[in-house]
Amino acid sequence: MDRLIFGDNQFFGVNHMSEEKARSQALRFQENAAIISVLDDAYSAGIRTFMCTTHERMTHICDHIRNDPQRYKGFKFYPCMPYAHKYANAVTEVGMLGALKKVLPDEGILNAVLRGGKSLASKDIEGIITLLVDAEMKMFHELETPVIFLQNVVVDLLLGLGFDEAFGIFDRHVRQRYGAEPGFITMNLPRLLDTLDGIGLDNPIVCSNINKIGFRMSGGIVEYEQALHQRKFRAMAMSVFASGAIVPREALEWVRGHKNIESIVFGASTAAHISSTVQLVDELWSDGKVVRSGGLQRGSALIA
Amino acid sequence: MVRVGVVGVGKMGLSHLSMLRAHPQVELAAVCDSAKYVLDVLEKYTKMRTFTDYGRMLDEAELDAVVIATPTGTHFAMAEQAIKRGLHVFCEKPLTLNIKDSQILADLAEEHGVITQVGYHNRFVGAFEEAKTLLNAGAIGRVTHVLAESYGPVVLQPKGTTWRNRRDSGGGCLYDYAAHAIDLVNWYCGTPTRAGGTVFGHIFSEHTEDEVYSTLFFDDGVSAQLSVNWSDESYRKMTTKITLWGTGGRITVDRQECQVYLRETTVIPAGYTPGWNVKYTTELTEPVWFYLRGEEYSAELDQFVRNASKGSSRILSGHRNSFSSAAETDKVIDLLIRDEAAVPDVALAPELQLAPEGKSGRSWRAWTPTAKLSRRSS
Repeated sequence: MDRLIFGDNQFFGVNHMSEEKARSQALRFQENAAIISVLDDAYSAGIRTFMCTTHERMTHICDHIRNDPQRYKGFKFYPCMPYAHKYANAVTEVGMLGALKKVLPDEGILNAVLRGGKSLASKDIEGIITLLVDAEMKMFHELETPVIFLQNVVVDLLLGLGFDEAFGIFDRHVRQRYGAEPGFITMNLPRLLDTLDGIGLDNPIVCSNINKIGFRMSGGIVEYEQALHQRKFRAMAMSVFASGAIVPREALEWVRGHKNIESIVFGASTAAHISSTVQLVDELWSDGKVVRSGGLQRGSALIA
Repeated sequence: MVRVGVVGVGKMGLSHLSMLRAHPQVELAAVCDSAKYVLDVLEKYTKMRTFTDYGRMLDEAELDAVVIATPTGTHFAMAEQAIKRGLHVFCEKPLTLNIKDSQILADLAEEHGVITQVGYHNRFVGAFEEAKTLLNAGAIGRVTHVLAESYGPVVLQPKGTTWRNRRDSGGGCLYDYAAHAIDLVNWYCGTPTRAGGTVFGHIFSEHTEDEVYSTLFFDDGVSAQLSVNWSDESYRKMTTKITLWGTGGRITVDRQECQVYLRETTVIPAGYTPGWNVKYTTELTEPVWFYLRGEEYSAELDQFVRNASKGSSRILSGHRNSFSSAAETDKVIDLLIRDEAAVPDVALAPELQLAPEGKSGRSWRAWTPTAKLSRRSS
């Protein structure tokens, strides 16, 4: 994984600090061209990985990248699925099964389930999960998706319920069908690591809030730091700036102090913000151990 | 350990189930739902003990507490049974569809000395709590007016088949969305005694309202305006915002931030300065043991569990809602329903009224001030 990965919250009106800011961002990125322009800025700054939710608007971004392979050489997507609000709103509107019906391409399995009191076989559940994954992955066909993430709201729901087997199903399907690494986003890092250990997932990619002020790090910052030092997993840090509550240098210096953090996912809306983050990472990690990713002229903060 | 049973595995129930099972002081003893397919999955993959019959779950699962997350129409009977067995009850909002029922439950809980709580999670949002603290400290002086808004994208097209789309089973924008804004207004200002100009608007739904607008009046001269719409696609998710004007300043608060303007003349609380102040969720939010979809959902369950584990004699200080406070919220919902059914207070003077041509149904002429007066005097 690259050291610096570009996130997409800013494009879809997600801001943990302010509704006003979220709305002005939603306004600014109303047109797909505005998103593409910022992605171009990120690409120019040397960033090659875009971690994005399977929001329906992403379909157009995928098309754009797919249609110009020369321009976007080496561009990778890390899909994060599902876009939870799509499901949550559907559940409120048409109920849980109705929501499932809405998103599943093939109603065969669901209809079988719905037939009066029929007991669910394991293969049915596995079938439903894999169909859901495939539905979300459709937009990325022919694009590079080396890591496929399960969103935190789903990961943490399953984690709380103790539905551990679902992680195994996701892991197998992502590897077999897409030749990709599975990734898990969570707000409960220490607990998830225990669970993934328990079902034998070795050295998993886990993305979670990791920041100096402990914002949304359930289990506490001390446990997170212990996990980073003692557990075997590939850590990706998000919310390193805690939605702007920590100034960039201070935030990144703190991350720099935790050697086991492999990647940082960050969001930015302007070329200036992107390049200042890239430069800062470049400066802080300029330890001679940074591996330049192939073909990069600038943005040498990235590792292949 | 508190042995908890959860009834109703819809969107809220499932998320409660997940957070409760992860709670260090909870033993998740049973789960109950009428949908066998959901229970099958839970039983098979999570080894939870499941029931399709609520009464049997209460009989057999040896519970200390129950979490009710079924459609609102079923709350009364379920909560009543649980309280009579001495169980602590957390119930999703709104408490019931009838103020008498809500009051009966509040009294019954008091009589049996059980802990009760209702899923008004906004009271556990750091920013909303900050506003409450500021009001208690008199930071904006005497409150004169409140604007309570809630918008979101729930019903965006003319269809829907679940209980949420029928008012008689507890669905609709009033029970689902407006209840949250009303509960916050009650928390901040007490219970209003009158409502006026209530509008239940239909955008897409046939059997229930998609918009709720009203003016609430309090005995001490405070007024509040309610503006709620669950068919507003411009919002990514439900957004509740309260603005309070006072003699000493103004507070605007949503779940992300608390913006406060304080006049020089007011008592400035510690950490604040005259003029604009903004406190963000990042600094106002207490960490939780398990995060699923917002700290507030974890925090409300945590408070319920901690209170339940202390037993039934005394509730912890800081207990922020109960069946009693939820019954007050239901009173306001009832006010709105009755006000909306009434004829509008003022219409155009008779000489200015024109019957719209070709329109059938309720004629403008029927809405005369005279009609309203005669109804009131009867």
